[in-house]
Amino acid sequence: MIIARILGTVVATQKDERLSGKKLLIVRPINVDGSDTTGYVVAVDTVGAGFHERVLVVAGSSARLAQGMKDAPVDAAIVGVIDSVEVNGSE
Amino acid sequence: MQLARVIGTVVATVKNDSLHGRKLLVVQTLDRHLRESGKPMVAIDSVGAGVGELVFWCRGKEASFPFKREDTPTDCTIIGIVDSEAHVLNGP
Repeated sequence: MIIARILGTVVATQKDERLSGKKLLIVRPINVDGSDTTGYVVAVDTVGAGFHERVLVVAGSSARLAQGMKDAPVDAAIVGVIDSVEVNGSE
Repeated sequence: MQLARVIGTVVATVKNDSLHGRKLLVVQTLDRHLRESGKPMVAIDSVGAGVGELVFWCRGKEASFPFKREDTPTDCTIIGIVDSEAHVLNGP
């Protein structure tokens, strides 16, 4: 899993029916110290995350295993909102 | 599977229900000479590993196999603890 920050939202009316009702968010992978990397991923939100929050993103076929994502055509899902990251004794 | 060092922990109260009760650890991948390579990742723990330990981990869909495999959304799972650094033997 990677840590990412929510940058924005995507609105899509016409989409696969198994994605209906799902919130799509634009997230940017970040380093464990909180600094930004480059690039972005469009991920389906399964936890109700909000703008600028740090989240956990599962990528690949495992994203489909999140509750509520069964058989959905998804390769990135937000599965947690991060409270804190502690690395080498410091947050 | 690759070797990694556990370097930290992640706390997330709001999670997908299927991750309830799982321990999240930050792992730094190592090369075969135990030097850092690549960026740290967040992994679920399936063996009871702790910070500082040398572990090996599995990525991709197979990462969910130690748990209820159709219900655990993880692409990175710690699946073993290496006994010690002396137990990582490299050829010439």
